[in-house]
Amino acid sequence: MTTTELMTLKTEPFVLNFGPLHPSTHGVYRMRATLDGEVVLDIEPVFGYLHRGIEKLAEERTYTGFIPLTDRLDYICPMSNNLAYCLAVEKLAGIRVPERAEYLRVIMAELQRLVNHFIAVGTFLNDCGAFMTPVVYMLREREKILDMFDMVCGQRLTYNYMRIGGVGQDIPEEFLPALRKFLGTTPRFIEEMEWLLKQNEILLARTKGVGILPRDTAINCGISGPVARASGVNRDLRKADPYSIYDRFEFDIPTGEAGDCYERYRVRIEEMRQSLRILEQVTKQIPGGPVRAEVPHLIRPPRGEAYAHLEAPKGELGFYIVSDNSIAPYRCHVRPTSLINLTALREMVRGWKVADLIVIFGSIDITMGEVDR
Amino acid sequence: MTVALSGQELAKRIEEKFPGSIEESSRDSLVVKAGSLLDVAAHLKDAEGLKFDYLNYVTAVDYFSYFEVVYQVTSLEHNQTVIFKTRCHDRENPTVPSVTGLWQGADFQEREIYDLMGITFEGHPNLKRILLWDGFPGHPLRKDFQP
Repeated sequence: MTTTELMTLKTEPFVLNFGPLHPSTHGVYRMRATLDGEVVLDIEPVFGYLHRGIEKLAEERTYTGFIPLTDRLDYICPMSNNLAYCLAVEKLAGIRVPERAEYLRVIMAELQRLVNHFIAVGTFLNDCGAFMTPVVYMLREREKILDMFDMVCGQRLTYNYMRIGGVGQDIPEEFLPALRKFLGTTPRFIEEMEWLLKQNEILLARTKGVGILPRDTAINCGISGPVARASGVNRDLRKADPYSIYDRFEFDIPTGEAGDCYERYRVRIEEMRQSLRILEQVTKQIPGGPVRAEVPHLIRPPRGEAYAHLEAPKGELGFYIVSDNSIAPYRCHVRPTSLINLTALREMVRGWKVADLIVIFGSIDITMGEVDR
Repeated sequence: MTVALSGQELAKRIEEKFPGSIEESSRDSLVVKAGSLLDVAAHLKDAEGLKFDYLNYVTAVDYFSYFEVVYQVTSLEHNQTVIFKTRCHDRENPTVPSVTGLWQGADFQEREIYDLMGITFEGHPNLKRILLWDGFPGHPLRKDFQP
């Protein structure tokens, strides 16, 4: 066979199965990729391997009894889930939160954002082929935050810390010194890590211009969080629709323009710096006082419905709750950030190679606990 | 701060453009008749001054006598938001038009409602079960579901 003949040789597209158990799928995500040689023609995601029916379980629990289950949604950041749920119930029942509790909530939410971005950036670099070294450094930093969470609630992964009308308990004496120490060392770690990575030619070649998500598609697909901001959507609920006490702090919203994998990575690094900035201000302003409002043991919100959302590390996380004035929600719907952020994946990967598919998927940063619920 | 538009005022404006399309309206939301859902939704998305280009979420609630499908949309330009709903009273075969043509973000969420609540979305490009397996008996989020 001559070379010209070889060049015109057509191959049949074939289907390659990824996951559900594969290190690059961040849990139990599964997709069927249709390939032409090495080029991705189409993908079809398959969900449901981690479906536990959390929305149905909510209908059989009291309002407070559902908080531990929210930990299991996005298990990388349970504090944000706790907070989003409590905000929705407080809106529904008209409960006001004491000042000190608001500050504690902001501390936990911002620490949680750092945890999520450490994991997101670390595993993303894993997917790029920098196997294990960066992620272990990230996990080392994350460990410091987990120790602090351990101090306040005795848990390292499923915190169950927020309560309707405040937080579970006040922080112990050693918490604020630990936080100040952490704020002293972490900026340097982030500088160092970024310096090592942003000039790395392999990283740039693998991520710059790869998996572009145009701004219009991002909005139309309902994408939120760092993925949307990397595409130029300047929307962060902490500024656009301030909840809790975020309107008291100064911080910037990092955005990108290109909408490629590199921008998504860069926006997350930048967000870490902004979170540290917020934490600096919080530690200076935090007042004394009670950490929990007087709330009845069994909360019976008036008939009605409420939707409350917040800027979780992955994007807009919200709870839509319908009350029929009983002790359990009539309906509790979670707005799943990760699931909705996956909507655009199909468009983002078309025409790229299999190796890029892994990188693009990793740059979205999802947790299957939230996708399947 | 994202401003929540008053359902009643918006309902008046829509009623002028599409007479008979609104079933009910309150301070927080408006209920659109299923037949005019797509027209109203397209109007909300494209009309000057509204421009609801971002779909926050789609969900459904079972009230026994009817199903309610809830949409919340936000305008990034004007930073305002509104909830609109539609109802279907047919319990055997509830059907609602799909909004995936307007907001692609509804794709997975409508499949989820189809899966767990059993509401068919007409015009959805790939309507099949998403979380549960094909052949699962019933729709778990319905209030009369028996495991």
